[in-house]
Amino acid sequence: MSNNSMILSSRRAFLGATGKTLSATALAMVVGSNIKTADAADASQDIQILNAAIALEHEGIAAYQIAATSGLLDPAVVDIGVTFQGHHKGHRDILVKAVETLGGKPAEEKSLGAYAKDLKASTLKNQADVLRLALDLERGAANAYLGLIPSLGPDYHQVAAQMAGDEAFHAAILANALGQPIPKAALMFG
Amino acid sequence: MKKLSYVILCFSAVLLSSSVFAKDAVNASDPEITQVTSQGDSVPPYAVSEQLVVEGEKLYKRRCGGCHSLDNNRIGPRHRGVYGRKAGAVVDFRYSKALRNLDVIWTDQTLNEWLVNPTAFARGTSMGFRLKKAEERNAIIEYLKSLSSAPDSSANAQ
Repeated sequence: MSNNSMILSSRRAFLGATGKTLSATALAMVVGSNIKTADAADASQDIQILNAAIALEHEGIAAYQIAATSGLLDPAVVDIGVTFQGHHKGHRDILVKAVETLGGKPAEEKSLGAYAKDLKASTLKNQADVLRLALDLERGAANAYLGLIPSLGPDYHQVAAQMAGDEAFHAAILANALGQPIPKAALMFG
Repeated sequence: MKKLSYVILCFSAVLLSSSVFAKDAVNASDPEITQVTSQGDSVPPYAVSEQLVVEGEKLYKRRCGGCHSLDNNRIGPRHRGVYGRKAGAVVDFRYSKALRNLDVIWTDQTLNEWLVNPTAFARGTSMGFRLKKAEERNAIIEYLKSLSSAPDSSANAQ
């Protein structure tokens, strides 16, 4: 092998090795930046969904407030409603913290009057009407949480399931108060 | 080196083509339906299965009622008239950017894809709720269709 061919050969080897190193580095950079972008996109998606859940809790809190001050409920029923409202406030606080941790801005509540209009509170004439509305909202909320779990990041699966459990508990109490029969089939929610 | 570049190139091509196909799927609705605009009360309703509508009404209350109503915006926008309407078109509802920018008319196909996985259909949407069972999706879509007006054939002819 001549000196020239030795130089060419080592240059090829050097370029090849450098090329491989550069390619691997470039690939790692591209992949790394894609992962970062994906993380940011996932966080942004979680913020959107968690904010919808906050809006749901705001509405639940307002619904119990409207019910408690409607003058349509027995005092014992008001007490139960206020306890349930406390659970919803607990959910809201957890969700607000989660959104803030992800760098988002938590959804704000609307005015009580706006919720009253949205929920057609003016059509409620007696305690049974109020309980039916509360039951519809709690059932809907339990189903909503169960249905959104697959779309949320895994960090929030458990808390969403816990909230669904609370809503299902509320729904069971309300259904019982309304004298509704126990569902025969399994998997009542979700 | 060549081999690696080739692999990256192929991978990029696959990604690009899959995103193009996904876009096509979203826009694949009937061109006549995409011309639907706001319809008045005088236009006829869509043809629907009464049996499915009855089932769909019950399911709508259970599955969608946590966040939606027919006539009032709540967590999500009101739903009366949603079938045949452009996505993100309820004027007094504050949509996510994803829905505002979604160029889709709600039809059987698009509503079905949306309900299967809304965040895949419109990344960044606030709606995370997925409706797993096809028969439930069909019934709810039929119910929503029963509450919407069919395209006015005379308007389409103009």
